Amino acid sequence: MEEDKQSLTERAADLANQANQLANEAATLAVEASEPAIEVVTHGDNFFLSGLTVFILACFVGYYVVWRVTPALHSPLMGITNAISSVIIVGALIAAGPADMSFSKIMGFLAVILAAINIFGGFIVTQRMLHMFKKKS
Amino acid sequence: METLSTFAYLVSAVCFIMALRGLSGPETARKGVIFGMSGMGIAIVTTLIMSAHSWGLITLGIIIGGSIGAVIAKKIEMTALPQLVAAFHSLVGLAAVFVATAAFFNPAAYGIGEIGNIHVGSLIEMSVGLAIGAVTFTGSIIAWGKLQGVISGKPVVFPKQHALNAALGAGLVFLIIMLCVTQSITFFWAIVIVSALLGILMIIPIGGADMPVIVSMLNSYSGWAAAGIGFTLQNNLLIITGALVGASGAILSYIMCKAMNRSFISVILGGFGAEVSGGNQDLGDRHAKIGSAEDAAFIMQNASKVIIVPGYGMAVAQAQHVVRELADKLKAEGVEVVYAIHPVAGRMPGHMNVLLAEANVPYDEVFELEDINRDFAQADVAYVIGANDITNPAAKNDSSSPIYGMPILDVENAKTVLFVKRSLGSGYAGIDNPLFYQDSTYMLLDDAKKMTENIVKAME
Repeated sequence: MEEDKQSLTERAADLANQANQLANEAATLAVEASEPAIEVVTHGDNFFLSGLTVFILACFVGYYVVWRVTPALHSPLMGITNAISSVIIVGALIAAGPADMSFSKIMGFLAVILAAINIFGGFIVTQRMLHMFKKKS
Repeated sequence: METLSTFAYLVSAVCFIMALRGLSGPETARKGVIFGMSGMGIAIVTTLIMSAHSWGLITLGIIIGGSIGAVIAKKIEMTALPQLVAAFHSLVGLAAVFVATAAFFNPAAYGIGEIGNIHVGSLIEMSVGLAIGAVTFTGSIIAWGKLQGVISGKPVVFPKQHALNAALGAGLVFLIIMLCVTQSITFFWAIVIVSALLGILMIIPIGGADMPVIVSMLNSYSGWAAAGIGFTLQNNLLIITGALVGASGAILSYIMCKAMNRSFISVILGGFGAEVSGGNQDLGDRHAKIGSAEDAAFIMQNASKVIIVPGYGMAVAQAQHVVRELADKLKAEGVEVVYAIHPVAGRMPGHMNVLLAEANVPYDEVFELEDINRDFAQADVAYVIGANDITNPAAKNDSSSPIYGMPILDVENAKTVLFVKRSLGSGYAGIDNPLFYQDSTYMLLDDAKKMTENIVKAME
């Protein structure tokens, strides 16, 4: 009885070990399988196509929206497009973000200043213009 | 987190579209600006949360830039608006150059590779953003200089100009290819220098009155630059916004070109107005009738309908306020007064509308060319102030004139034309205006502001 008990525990331990190994193998397989996928995403080969799709669609949206702008407001239109094109500040913030100093960070910081001038300047001057447009009282 | 930020960027892009959509009317436009500001706020905060550590430095940058921008925008005279917009475009261009440089020197931060081993696709996108950014930067500075009067507004032309520009353009393509092959910093800077040079050379041959097209074109370029950087950064918000701005500027350029009956290519090639060419019709010994402020006051007070036609000269003389005073005086005497605006009047699209709005002219008294052109035949007086070529009948009936085919305001159909002008010289395009010698025209030879002031005084 004693012997039987011992062999049983041994066999159970063996099984547990084997299961563990299998799980590990499965995990490595999974990691290996996912690697190419990550590569594709970060390399951006796919991004170019999806980016292009977004770009072309946005051009069409822009085309139809801008034709509806009344000619009297073409100056404010330039003001506001000027302000929103400074959304490039997103790229500047990423460059200026890292904790340690580098040439890239300085470039980012300068770009943040330039874009901020544009954002504030563009929106404020547009608002000033629009506040002037009044109807006959 | 990634999903959340992508969603936030999408919201921000929709806000920008709503901002442009709002501009279909003055009432909705104010809400549009709020949408625009919200979109920008969302974009900035999202980026900060996602990827920034040095918040202090970034806040400092935003405060410095923000206060400079706010002060300039609050102080600027409305007449100087075109210069301001040109200056702002140059900043977008320079910012694009800086961001591209930052990405080149720290590609890991943007997930596009390592130094010396940046993915080719990203390098091409980066170079495109970089080149357009640099062209926008220097081109806008030249445009600013011309509008501000720092640089002569006259077109600068020299032999082989177009060949040189074409060579630079081809060189640029070569440099981009070399950058992709070698990943060398030398080629990176070479792209910056050649693009900057190209920007200068592209704008110097363009004359002052073609500036509405150029300002719109640079507006468009600043958008394309942002879109190029968006591809490098793999950021949809930048791509969408860049495309919106690019499309907007392109449409404005198209509208301006159409209003001058010129092709976009001919404007870009420049040289217009460099010398007097064609349109030398035989005017015989016709004489222009010179009128006085008193004559003008008398004629206008006895009219039942007066159409005011403002042009760049009104902006230069800052005459918009006294023009409104004149209109108020006439209205008080029961005269109907409206304003007619040509699409290319002034130095940027919609410039005249803003100036009149500044002088408290209600926008429902201001009409665009196609809405008012028929009314000139029923008007007693057309008061032309600081506009010339856009009223020149030669555009309709002299096929040898350089402006032939350009849509004009038919002021010659009004019973009387009062033409305020400093001297009897020809306009910007160097073309004589037969309107001056018409029997129904009185030339009021003085500065736009002074003459209008004198007319207002004469009415009292």
